[in-house]
Amino acid sequence: MSEITLEGVTKVFADGQEAVKEMDLEIGDGEFMILVGPSGCGKSTALRMIAGLEDITRGELKIDGEQMNDRAPKDRDIAMVFQNYALYPHMTVRENMGFALKLAGVDKTEINRKVEGAAQTLDLTQHLDRRPANLSGGQRQRVAMGRAIVRDPKAFLMDEPLSNLDAKLRVQMRTEVAKLQSRLETTTVYVTHDQVEAMTLGDRVAVMRAGVLQQVGPPAELYDDPRNLFVAGFIGSPAMNFMPGEIEGDRVTLPIGEAKLPEEARGRGGDGKVIAGLRPESFEDASMVDDELKRERGVIVEAEIDLVESLGSDLYAYFHVESEGVESEQLADLAEESIGETGAASLREGEEQIVARLDPASKIKRREPAQLWADTSKLHLFDPESGESLARRESAPEPGAG
Amino acid sequence: MERGSREYALWSIAILAVLILALIPVVWLISISLKPTDAVTDGRFLPSEISFDNYKSLFEGGIDDSPFIKPLINSILIALSTTVIAIVFASFAAYAIARLEFPGKRVILAGALAIAMFPPISTVGPLFDMWRALGLYDTYPGLIIPYLTFSLPLAIYVLVAFFREIPWELEQAAQVDGATPFQAFSKVIVPLAAPGVFTAAILVFIFAWNDFLFAISLTSSDASRTVPAALAFFTGESSFTQPTGSIAAAAVVVTVPIIVFVLLFQRRIVSGLTAGAVKG
Amino acid sequence: MEASVQPRPAGSQRTRSEHRLAWMLCAPAVIAMLAVTAYPIGYAIVLSLQQIDLRFPDQSGFVGLDNYKAILSSELWWTDIFNTVFVMVTSVTIELVLGMAVALVMHRAIFGRGVVRTSVLIPYGIITVVAAFAWQFAFAPDTGFVNHLPLIAEDMDWFGGRFSSFAVIIMAEVWKTTPFMALLLLAGLVTIDSQLYEAAKVDGASAWQRFTRITLPLMEPAILVALLFRTLDAFRVFDTIFIMTRGAQDTESVSILGFNQLISRLNLGLGSAVSVLIFICVFLIAFLFVRGFGARVEEGRPGS
Repeated sequence: MSEITLEGVTKVFADGQEAVKEMDLEIGDGEFMILVGPSGCGKSTALRMIAGLEDITRGELKIDGEQMNDRAPKDRDIAMVFQNYALYPHMTVRENMGFALKLAGVDKTEINRKVEGAAQTLDLTQHLDRRPANLSGGQRQRVAMGRAIVRDPKAFLMDEPLSNLDAKLRVQMRTEVAKLQSRLETTTVYVTHDQVEAMTLGDRVAVMRAGVLQQVGPPAELYDDPRNLFVAGFIGSPAMNFMPGEIEGDRVTLPIGEAKLPEEARGRGGDGKVIAGLRPESFEDASMVDDELKRERGVIVEAEIDLVESLGSDLYAYFHVESEGVESEQLADLAEESIGETGAASLREGEEQIVARLDPASKIKRREPAQLWADTSKLHLFDPESGESLARRESAPEPGAG
Repeated sequence: MERGSREYALWSIAILAVLILALIPVVWLISISLKPTDAVTDGRFLPSEISFDNYKSLFEGGIDDSPFIKPLINSILIALSTTVIAIVFASFAAYAIARLEFPGKRVILAGALAIAMFPPISTVGPLFDMWRALGLYDTYPGLIIPYLTFSLPLAIYVLVAFFREIPWELEQAAQVDGATPFQAFSKVIVPLAAPGVFTAAILVFIFAWNDFLFAISLTSSDASRTVPAALAFFTGESSFTQPTGSIAAAAVVVTVPIIVFVLLFQRRIVSGLTAGAVKG
Repeated sequence: MEASVQPRPAGSQRTRSEHRLAWMLCAPAVIAMLAVTAYPIGYAIVLSLQQIDLRFPDQSGFVGLDNYKAILSSELWWTDIFNTVFVMVTSVTIELVLGMAVALVMHRAIFGRGVVRTSVLIPYGIITVVAAFAWQFAFAPDTGFVNHLPLIAEDMDWFGGRFSSFAVIIMAEVWKTTPFMALLLLAGLVTIDSQLYEAAKVDGASAWQRFTRITLPLMEPAILVALLFRTLDAFRVFDTIFIMTRGAQDTESVSILGFNQLISRLNLGLGSAVSVLIFICVFLIAFLFVRGFGARVEEGRPGS
């Protein structure tokens, strides 16, 4: 059994910076756990603490029930795949993969057997006697993985192993990694800043922000039931649309219109201001929506379309509504991270940009007024002060439970 | 792994050891120089009483009679001239090597390397003869020229390494922004190149300041004898006393500027010496 | 990172003028470098084939290889070669080990980097002659303090014996040039990706194993270059020995021999022959390193 448990794990660097704060996480045997978050959120630090490459300031790390805080990396029986692969340039692929076994005193024939086995799994057999400098990026990445596999460790720790690959290769390798892990059934902790990787690879995903664990759960749970603004805005691409709202009784007033409060949010916290979130796919071209649905579940928004992105399988329409805007630390953090987000040509004060995902058959055009339908039963509501989701039930599972 | 206090202590010891080993000879020299003349043979590491007699005797007699003042001036002027000329020559060559493509580039670099490995002693004989014939014996140029020859390879390598790191496109960007070619060069390139040039200059200066072989072979009097050579010919107060004290004092005077240089510019010097090696 | 240089069609007007500009820029440096090396070495060869003793200018004349025969059959020459090689091998070996240690301290120290750098550069910057004097005074029986240290005989005459003199000479040389060796090695150290050490830690390597299996192999080119330059430098040892013993007690090096013949005895013929022989030795050492050990000099540097 190779469970990894973090209890109150904290990392404070010499300059006082708290990179990881009181992290509680239980990773089950054979589980594929993803640590995801923007750069600087502490995910790599957490991984390195599990590896033993960083000291744990406070808290306990247990692997297989044994406390590992003071053990050297080599005594933890874990293997690591580094972002830059860290292949030994003066050794051949074979020697790279066999290095750990050689250090452990395993006999030569056994080393060869294991190395060749791993090479076959990763399709590296013809490269075994070459040096890393002569390999392509993808091949090097596989050697890095091979080095980890060969040791048959209790856990794999992977630090953004795919970030140095080009987009297409990354998608390809993603499935390879997933297949490999499910075959080997080794506990894996995988760090990435790419939420698409997180969603597609993990059994469970742990979202981190500024050293604090925000939420842990299967990808679908994070998507459908985000605990706070940060998780809501981080998971899902294009990101969830946020807008200010005001609750009165069982109705909520939004820049896009007035709607009935969704079930879960009724009776919580009374009246007042909220931040509402609605994912792009909760919108649709009004002309394509059944009248009944329109009346019951949503609102119609009339707006002029600023921009249309046609991807073939999807259509994204950008428009803006009058709104006082939303202010939140968590959203500010998210905004800092997002680069290259397309947007309307100009956002003036008092406007909020909304992205809607529409049926590709929609005839909506840029710079033309349009009618869009928003499914407000899918609204997520958040407390504007704390950013916490208003839909959390009292029995909401704490991050860390299986 | 993070440093525990035990590792901290070990590192402190290591660093202290390096520091002490590096400084003992220097401290020792200072100590001798501060000993009164009769205490020179007392065999103590630190002086029991401090006296500046040795320093006084160095400067006694003014520029003509003092055994030290004229050589000091010679050293300073020769080293400075060498540095200036070497930097100018080397900058031109390094600029060409780093920026332009031309046949013979490799040869020049290889040649510079070969010269760095050249035994200077092999050139002393012919130079002695040549200089006597040309009237350059015991003159400033007589020393500056060989100094140039042997410091240029070092200067060129360091400058080439630094110049390769400069983003030359900035010059074009500046011109697009409205600067004349000269302005682009002087306001953008020169500040970027300055640190490298400065570092190379320090290294050349140290080289010229340091030379002994040429100084004793190609000079015969105070006309151009530099301090290292002069030190070898120091006499004491009388023909019976060892010049130990005055040599030590002279040594200290001539070492202090180096220590100051090193203290102020250690980061630069190290980066200059290692930059060349890494980039080649 | 190469500066951007556009390839242009060969032979075009722009290329030719670029070439011309480049040569003009390099000319002063090239001339300065050749003037004192190419010509003199040629001249030295010419001189070496003649008998020229400036004290007896009338007896000059061409004598072919007589000078060389005289030198190669003289016991003094071979003694000096032994001395030079002995000092060279001993000091370079010690410097390599110490230099490696210092380079590691400089590389891995988390604090006090400035202190270490300064300490390391002071021996580098000090005039060799000054350092030689310092060491000489320390070990001289009258002025020195070494004889008063515990475990050392009070009347030990360091400069009275051959190998005790060598000991001091080597100590002074090592002190003076270990810094340079350390810097050359440091240049090689910094090129090693630190993640390799982390990977090795995870793979189970102890500190010593990391040093021997990662650091040393990856530093091989830097070590070879450092060895090459230091060996050549060491072969030319002059200043230190001159100041300490002037070659007495059979500690003379070949450079001092050359100096004595040329400048003291003004025997340009013999002295030039010695010079040429030294040149050949240096060339042989360089050849040995580049061809034999595969030192890749393009990645190395001159200095000192």
